[in-house]
Amino acid sequence: MANRFDLENIDIAWCPGCGDFPILESLKKALTELDLMPRDVVFVSGIGQAAKLPHYIKGHFFNGLHGRALSNATAIKAANPSLKVIAIGGDGDMYGEGGNHFLHTIRRNPDIANFVHNNMVYGLTKGQASPTSQVGFKTPVQVDGVFSTPVNPVALALAQGAAFVGRAFAGDIEQTKEIMKKAIAFKGYALVDILQPCVSFNKVNTYAWFKERIYYLDESHDRSDRMKALERALEPDRFALGVLYSQERPSFESSLAPYRNDDRPLYARSPDLEKLDGLIRSL
Amino acid sequence: MIRFPRHEGGDVSVVICGAAGQGIQTVEDLLVQVLRVEGYHVFGSREYMSRVRGGNNSTEIRVSSRPVRALVDRIDLLIPLNGGVRANIIERIDEGTIIIGDGEELGTEFAGYEDQFLNAPVLEEARQVGGKVYASVIAAGILAGLFDVSTGPVESYFEKRFGAKGDKIVAQNREALDRGLTMARRLLEKGRFSLAVRPNPQESRIAVNGTDAVGLGALAGGCNLVTAYPMSPASGVLSFMAQKARDFGVVVEQVEDEIAAINWAVGGAYAGARPLVTTSGGGFALMTEGLSLAAVMEAPVVVHLAQRPGPATGMATRTEQADLELALYGGHGEFPRVIFAPGSLGEAFDLTRRAFDLASRFQSPAIVLTDQYFVNSFYDLPPFDVGRELPKSYLVEAGPDYRRYAESPDGISPMAVPGHGEGLVGADSHEHDEVGHVYEDFHLRKRMNDKRLRKAEAIFAETLAPTLIGPDDYRDLVICWGSTRHIVEEALDELDRPGLAMLHFAQVWPLHGDTAGLLGRAERVVAVEGNATAQLARLIRRETGIEIKEKLLNYSGLQFSVEKVREGLRDLLS
Repeated sequence: MANRFDLENIDIAWCPGCGDFPILESLKKALTELDLMPRDVVFVSGIGQAAKLPHYIKGHFFNGLHGRALSNATAIKAANPSLKVIAIGGDGDMYGEGGNHFLHTIRRNPDIANFVHNNMVYGLTKGQASPTSQVGFKTPVQVDGVFSTPVNPVALALAQGAAFVGRAFAGDIEQTKEIMKKAIAFKGYALVDILQPCVSFNKVNTYAWFKERIYYLDESHDRSDRMKALERALEPDRFALGVLYSQERPSFESSLAPYRNDDRPLYARSPDLEKLDGLIRSL
Repeated sequence: MIRFPRHEGGDVSVVICGAAGQGIQTVEDLLVQVLRVEGYHVFGSREYMSRVRGGNNSTEIRVSSRPVRALVDRIDLLIPLNGGVRANIIERIDEGTIIIGDGEELGTEFAGYEDQFLNAPVLEEARQVGGKVYASVIAAGILAGLFDVSTGPVESYFEKRFGAKGDKIVAQNREALDRGLTMARRLLEKGRFSLAVRPNPQESRIAVNGTDAVGLGALAGGCNLVTAYPMSPASGVLSFMAQKARDFGVVVEQVEDEIAAINWAVGGAYAGARPLVTTSGGGFALMTEGLSLAAVMEAPVVVHLAQRPGPATGMATRTEQADLELALYGGHGEFPRVIFAPGSLGEAFDLTRRAFDLASRFQSPAIVLTDQYFVNSFYDLPPFDVGRELPKSYLVEAGPDYRRYAESPDGISPMAVPGHGEGLVGADSHEHDEVGHVYEDFHLRKRMNDKRLRKAEAIFAETLAPTLIGPDDYRDLVICWGSTRHIVEEALDELDRPGLAMLHFAQVWPLHGDTAGLLGRAERVVAVEGNATAQLARLIRRETGIEIKEKLLNYSGLQFSVEKVREGLRDLLS
């Protein structure tokens, strides 16, 4: 069905059957149902297969360097808080190369949604381990299997005090869309870790493998209880889906000096030269 | 009896040294503020160790009836507040230096200098006032007394600085100061030296350092986003901007690392901010991928690169001019850029402001190269001219079919930002089409690369000529760049050789088209640079084919002094 975020004449570089397709579908639907227009939204990404998504959806886009999307996205939001900013990338991009930015973006709490396509493997560079690959996962590089403990992004975000933490499964467009809508509407940093099979390089964590292990949180889950959320996040070999935690606190932009008494984005401003002259003469 | 200044019309050079955290700053602040009010010209330069407490740091303050703007080795009055004075100070003591210190504190440290040493029992007096903490104020009082300043400015300084701490604190500081003033009288009565610099009051002078000048220039250029990871000697600009953020509407964020800093700048620029990152060599090295991103996205970013000695951590609090090549070649791929290297505080203000204009106009990175010496040195000068012209915005509204990277004869595509107009704005780190989408086509690649590189011609047309100081019909020409300008200027004044001139480059990239002609006119050219490999000379050779054989290079970690440049040139030109 046609969607206002559809982009015409594009050559999509994803493999047939890739989990990126349903994620893109969920995202377009979520944005449309939130009544957003392409000109309201900036899609920000880094490098990787997931990070190509901004080229396949209608909107403003900033496809930057590997790992840096959260830095770019936070600054875009800080320069113009009226924009809806969505940072997209894969597990290698966000949790590996961009790991430090991930930690500090959680602390800062900018009003951006962060969708991470987590397929537990590197696709674009052809099948090496990612920070979320499971112990024992064999690749052409990790020939004896992965030794290091995988990053648990959801638990990490919760432990670090993230304001909104969700988890979704790429194979379920409707539910993923609903979780995305909540994340986009949330005022603050909203992480959604999206479990996603890689049909080309990950023969272990397949659609079937995920389906056996996922379950949705029901109404009884208290989204304001961080310890409960953490319990869910730390469950071994099971993946609770939905919004694990959601508790608003002041967003980064709201703390910034330029916006104390003035909503205008930075591009619409000029310096107060008279004040500057006064400052100089006082030195 | 030693008379200061040593020469008619000269200056008095005071060096105060002591451990970090022991009040050098207090002495310097008080002295400079009070002397300025009295109408003296002052220059100050700090050198310090990379530690919070202890060690031994020093500040040189030159006091004169004429403007003074350069570092000298000469010490007229040496004021060691603590023992452990370092060799770089001791070796500057000459037969005309008077040392004023507390024998109780210094012990036998100046044993070989009895003829020049005057004892000032600062500690004993400080204890009488209320504690050791007052020693620095007493020392400041001694200096104020030696320069015979009136008490009015001193009182108002104390009121401003300590008023909030209550009457008792103000009174005790005042008493400490009075004791210092009395000690100054006693020292002068000994008849070992006299001090007679005439003040020369002038209308509206300001005293700022390189950090202030860069920060103020950024504000004048419309800077409204500053991101940095603290690193000496570049963090001063971060603090300066943070303190002005509210008044001038600036987003200032200390980010998690330098990679974040530059990526914020590029993201912010994409959304219409005018970003500044401030860093030193190591941080800049981390930023180079982001600099390349700014280039391919054609995002206007300004980098303040305050140099310190490398490689790696090098000497964290010292100075060098060895990152010209880093600034010039940092970042993979080929793209145009602008590099300024201000030599005066006025240039630092003007060129930082200009960096913002050029970055926005040419959608290319602009770098302002300073160094530790430059950012920490100050002198008095007329206020910077802010003027009335607001920074020009080069942004357009995005129409429905907006293409961010549309072809144009000069390579400059009209820049729009998301949210301004109905069109969509793209940016991509990959090679991209005119809209900004990744698209691998070899003809397109060449076209887009050419488009970006074509901007270099427009940038070149705006290049500032190097400043020629001295006779037009020179035979010998000294070239220098960045922070050494005033030092070389004063050295040449002192050499007073006919046919000797200097050429200072405040823009080191691109090089101005007159460079070859200006060098070609000289019989001899000498490069004075604060690095070991004569990076500007090498660049000039690359660009003009002219090889500069004579070089005066310094890479000790301390800035050139006027004397070292003077004597070095004397040798080379003899």
